Amino acid sequence: MNNSSPEHQAYLRGLKRQARLKRLLQVIILIGLFALWEIAAVNKWINPFIFSQPTKAWEATVRLAQRGELWVHLGYTVGETVAGFTLGTLIGIVFAIMLWWSDFMSKVLDPYIVVLNSIPKVALGPLFIVWLGTGLKAVIAMAIAVSVIVTIMMMHNGFKEIDPNKIKLLRTFGASKTQTLLKVIIPASVPTMIAALKVSVGLSLVGTIVGEFLGSKAGLGYLIIYGGQIFNMSLVMAAVILLSLVSVVLYYLVSVLEERIIHHQ
Amino acid sequence: MRAILELENVSLSYHTLEGEILALQDINLQVMPEEFISIVGPSGCGKSTLLSLIAGLLKPSKGTIRLDGVPITGTTQQVGYMLQQDYLFEWRTILDNALLGLEVLRKRTPENIEKVKQMLVDYGLGGFEKYYPQQLSGGMRQRVALIRTLAMEPKVFLLDEPFSALDYQNRLAVGAEVVKILREQKKTVIMVTHDIPEAISMANRVLVFTKRPGRIKSEHIVTLNANGCNPLACRESPEFSRYYTKIWKELNSDE
Repeated sequence: MNNSSPEHQAYLRGLKRQARLKRLLQVIILIGLFALWEIAAVNKWINPFIFSQPTKAWEATVRLAQRGELWVHLGYTVGETVAGFTLGTLIGIVFAIMLWWSDFMSKVLDPYIVVLNSIPKVALGPLFIVWLGTGLKAVIAMAIAVSVIVTIMMMHNGFKEIDPNKIKLLRTFGASKTQTLLKVIIPASVPTMIAALKVSVGLSLVGTIVGEFLGSKAGLGYLIIYGGQIFNMSLVMAAVILLSLVSVVLYYLVSVLEERIIHHQ
Repeated sequence: MRAILELENVSLSYHTLEGEILALQDINLQVMPEEFISIVGPSGCGKSTLLSLIAGLLKPSKGTIRLDGVPITGTTQQVGYMLQQDYLFEWRTILDNALLGLEVLRKRTPENIEKVKQMLVDYGLGGFEKYYPQQLSGGMRQRVALIRTLAMEPKVFLLDEPFSALDYQNRLAVGAEVVKILREQKKTVIMVTHDIPEAISMANRVLVFTKRPGRIKSEHIVTLNANGCNPLACRESPEFSRYYTKIWKELNSDE
């Protein structure tokens, strides 16, 4: 760095300046939106009873926290989402391995997977509630249902795209199918798995919220529905903002996992 | 001396929706221990298919292949197969890559780990055990791939254009190195290539294949290597161009 030319240093400074400017603008936009919302509500440009306002949403959040409910609701939503995508990913990978194992079965099941992928899984919600009752189990089932098919498809495609010569190499050593799976297919699919995880985190959150809408006594989805029913828009907005934070944090955690694994390799 | 590998009237057909394709027809070949055979031929003549048959990955439609007098029915540790690229796994260290074959054979024993470590040292890869393939040059990677196969101690080595992924400079150097190692280890080698100079400079015998269906068109005994000169020196010899012209003409004549 010290022995780089003045032009190069200027170039690096330019890059840094641009990065700082980008961050600054991102923050300004966020603050600006909230400020505009607050001003619009205070000045009655919009009806604060319907649209609420940031300060009211904040107060609603503080009240929840004081009553000790905030963590309960957050805990339910985060827990259900994590359970949903962990189980969804595991089930998805197991299914993808089965499809890889038998090419014939994968051809047989192909149309079913296409149909399952295209139907809106949310439509299954009432069934889960009847089968599993309102609450945790139905919500997790919903989260799995929404995310699992995409995981199966992404993983199976990932398996199929592995260089056939890597598999041939193992065959020349006389490897069994299980050995091929453990020594090539799975390790070579780690990047695909992370990509699938990123998609399924978001989808599981969708499933969780819909599940909570349909039947639950806790969670951010429950708060949103409850707030809407008693016409407490500040509560709804507070829950929506918390939900955005949850999704950001979950996505960030998967990115950290990705960083760890990629660096480890 | 008895042939280590014998092919008797070997034919192979592929089946597709459109019909049956005869890839190889009536191949008869006797390979002596420690012989180095090069196979050249137009692309699609079934050269690589022949290697897959010998490796036990495919079964001949007709004829038999015998290794030490015993028909080949599947893959065996006696036959080592090196593919067109090194195919080192990027998630494994150099040592773990070199141990892959032994691991599949469930022979990843402490003694074998020591043996492979020693081989890495012997072939100039000492200190690279814990590196990952991405950190090595093409030539070094090729050597790791060679060790991976050597470690399984096969008698017969099959090389399928093993240097084609390397650039010209490296190709000559790595090729010479690999041949030297295989000769020292007294391995029997069958190499498929489309590079005539490579074929001549390394082999005791060059087989020219016809277009599909692949048959042996002619056989050339190469005496350049008789006194054990290395492939680079062989290329300098006056007879080299004689062989080259002859084989080149045969490859380019239609029957």
